[in-house]
Amino acid sequence: MTIPLRINGEPFDLDVAPDTPLLWVLRDTVGLTGTKFGCGVAACGACTVHVDGNPIRSCLLPISAVTGQDVTTIEGVSDHAGAAIQRAWIAEQVPQCGYCQSGMIMAATALLRRRPDPSDDEINQAMTNICRCGTYQRIRRAIHRAADELQDQTAEVTHG
Amino acid sequence: MVSRRKFLITAAAAGGALLVGYAATRSRELLGDPSLLATQEGETALNAWLKIDAEGTVSVAVHRAEMGQGIYTGLAMLVAEELDVAWENIRYEIPLPDKFYANIIGFADAAPFDNEDHGFLAESARWGFKQFGALLGGNFTGGSSGIRDAWEPLRAGGAAARDMLLRAGAERLGVPVSECTTDSGEVVHRASHRKVSYGALAGEAARLSPPQDIPYKLESEYKVIGQPMPRLDIPAKVNGSATFGIDVRPEGLVFAAVVASPKIGGQLKSFDAGFAQDMPGVIKIIATDDSVIAIAKTYWEAKKAVGQVITEFEDPEPFDNDSIAAIYAQGMEEDGFAFENVGDARDNLAQSSAVIRADYTAPMLAHACMEPQNCTALITDARCDVWAGNQAPLIFRDLAAGATGLDKEKVFIHTQLMGGAFGGRGEPAVLYQAIAAAQAVKGTPVQLIWSREEDIQKDAFRPIAHSRFEVTLDEAGQIENWYNKIAAPSPTQSVMSRWLPNIPFGGPDRTCVDGAIFLDYKMANRCVEQTAVEMPFPIGFWRSVGHSFHAFFTESFMDELAHSQKQDPLQFRRQHLADGSRSAAVLDLLAEKSQWGDILPPGHATGVALHESFHSIVGQVAEVEVVDSQIKVHRVVCVIDCGRAINPDSVIAQMESGIVYGLTAALYGRIDMKDGRVMQDNFPNYRMAQMRDTPKIETYVINSGAPIGGVGEPGTPPIAPAVSNAVYVLTGKRNRSLPLEV
Repeated sequence: MTIPLRINGEPFDLDVAPDTPLLWVLRDTVGLTGTKFGCGVAACGACTVHVDGNPIRSCLLPISAVTGQDVTTIEGVSDHAGAAIQRAWIAEQVPQCGYCQSGMIMAATALLRRRPDPSDDEINQAMTNICRCGTYQRIRRAIHRAADELQDQTAEVTHG
Repeated sequence: MVSRRKFLITAAAAGGALLVGYAATRSRELLGDPSLLATQEGETALNAWLKIDAEGTVSVAVHRAEMGQGIYTGLAMLVAEELDVAWENIRYEIPLPDKFYANIIGFADAAPFDNEDHGFLAESARWGFKQFGALLGGNFTGGSSGIRDAWEPLRAGGAAARDMLLRAGAERLGVPVSECTTDSGEVVHRASHRKVSYGALAGEAARLSPPQDIPYKLESEYKVIGQPMPRLDIPAKVNGSATFGIDVRPEGLVFAAVVASPKIGGQLKSFDAGFAQDMPGVIKIIATDDSVIAIAKTYWEAKKAVGQVITEFEDPEPFDNDSIAAIYAQGMEEDGFAFENVGDARDNLAQSSAVIRADYTAPMLAHACMEPQNCTALITDARCDVWAGNQAPLIFRDLAAGATGLDKEKVFIHTQLMGGAFGGRGEPAVLYQAIAAAQAVKGTPVQLIWSREEDIQKDAFRPIAHSRFEVTLDEAGQIENWYNKIAAPSPTQSVMSRWLPNIPFGGPDRTCVDGAIFLDYKMANRCVEQTAVEMPFPIGFWRSVGHSFHAFFTESFMDELAHSQKQDPLQFRRQHLADGSRSAAVLDLLAEKSQWGDILPPGHATGVALHESFHSIVGQVAEVEVVDSQIKVHRVVCVIDCGRAINPDSVIAQMESGIVYGLTAALYGRIDMKDGRVMQDNFPNYRMAQMRDTPKIETYVINSGAPIGGVGEPGTPPIAPAVSNAVYVLTGKRNRSLPLEV
């Protein structure tokens, strides 16, 4: 029995054990290694992906739970909010070792879609991923920068 | 007490014949053999540091490992500056390890002398350690030494290549070299404005000999060094394409998961693979001396299978927090080695009735890199390939050769990006396991990944340290006698026993006392003495090593002394620093930028700490509040004098990083042992600072012109005492152990 789902817009029928966490399906079966393994207990957020647009920690999520759903990974997040976040990450020179940043970018993109102009408190609440390099201050700056950029774009569309 | 003389003899023996050798020393080889760089069609290597392709794209050999510190970019900047090439045309490439790439300066730091001491003995010892490093070919990444070691050779590589290209260009244009110059990747004939690109000249330049004297640029001509250059590795780190060790995918890759003794050091007695052998995807279940490894088509299949194996491990000698504490208590009572002994501190203290005493301790810590330890290996009859993020590739090569029985020349270490390292990614345990797995499925590459639990519990921990101060002040409130007794194990000895198992390593190790010795504070008499205690388990280097606890001890105790004199803590420190010293300048700028002494919001207090490590001086002021019995750090102002900032934005990033890393340790960090087991196992019980815990951090960089200092580690030591000193102001309770409590 195979499990149908879409990953970054592409349809897949995956022949894997239904209890396999989405993380390992992405990394070992599909070959998308941008999503990272950090803790295996959904505590660090390195494995964050979007399932039907919502940020989910994929290391504990069985593949059977996402049957028929839309999964977006770091490799496929580059539309609109995602691209703005990625640009802001470069502009603020956020990553150091970079290992947690896929998860951070997925969490931040989901935050901006929900709250286009988040406050510092909202960022604190939404961004609970762990970064051992301590890039949090730059992540905060980058989220504000991306939010500003997206709002400017919206303003241009409205007034243009 | 072991004398310094005896130690020096040990150091000299390590380095060779000290006096004769020192007189005959020649400077290190700077350019290296171009053949060390593998070239593709159209690429030409001009020395061991760089190659140029036909389009003029320059690949810089980045011989130090990237763990987040920005070293790839820093190294490339040194070459780009001297080679005179546009930043857009700079790439990086990781060379295979070679002795030429030895970290000479990193070894010199082991000499037990004050950085300011340039006397014969000090310089001789440094020379000895450098020779030892060159002999060993240790091209490790650590000790905040990457840029310090690279400063001369990488600039030399760029400058020598530019000179060769210039001569080749002049010949091509048929004009004298003296009439030519270079401009962003081109040789230009000044009078006629005719140009030839580096890409077109590389082949001809490679046939010329390198210059005898390296024609370095003048500092005033620098366009790259000192500028905040965008990091070369960042674009790939925002789109998922960056390849860490855990991401390598050689053709036909299979995966492995491991189960080892729950008690540290337990050997495997027996195991029963049972039905795990027949589980889906499982290829093989194997045993090593101290673990069982399942190999399967995917990691999840391997992990599920290894969890089903029934194992029995031997019961090693049990130890726990109390038995470890007893080892330290005994160590504190024994005579130690005096790393520093100036004047008559101990005699004077014995006769004084006004001694201020305090005992400090710090706990064990795990590195907890975001990327769990992992290693990928492929073994055939002919060769062994290893893909791993690692801080010591030649050590890994030699250990892999030993484990496989292959010649060293047939072992290839492919160093990958590291998802953090912090001193913890030179440990070979995971390498041995990956090799055992790869040998079991010869011809098939295997990636072995530790679980987070394995990663935390089988770490080589930052060891516990104990520190006792006995001090008297004179009538003017200046420190007169300073005695610091330390019990700590040697991380160097522990790491070396795994890196160089056949070479006995002994003698005093300054990494256990770094941060307690050669303090900048004026003291008439001082004695710092350490007893080396033995730990019954591996310990390791943890970001800033000895500084990580000694800064907490000394800077907390300096605060205690200030308060005992009813003095302002910052002013008390300043009074103990020589006017015009680098430390005084850091403290003065820190006072200004933090608005030290200004009125704070109600319930807030500030604490200060100043600490020199890895040739850089860092001062920090932390603004703290206690809310619901929790320490909340609102703001940290940080000043660093690293001599010269190569990439100022990377310096700032490393200060931010070091502060958050140190803050996690100060507020939450401790590893506990019970019945031979580590009690913490994953982030829920080994807590990490998150976004909400992170203060606003402001960093100011001083380019004092002093010799270049490191930046990867020096941000970490001062934060714990700065926060603790603020907590004392708020609560009146002095924390003499970590993590901090209120």
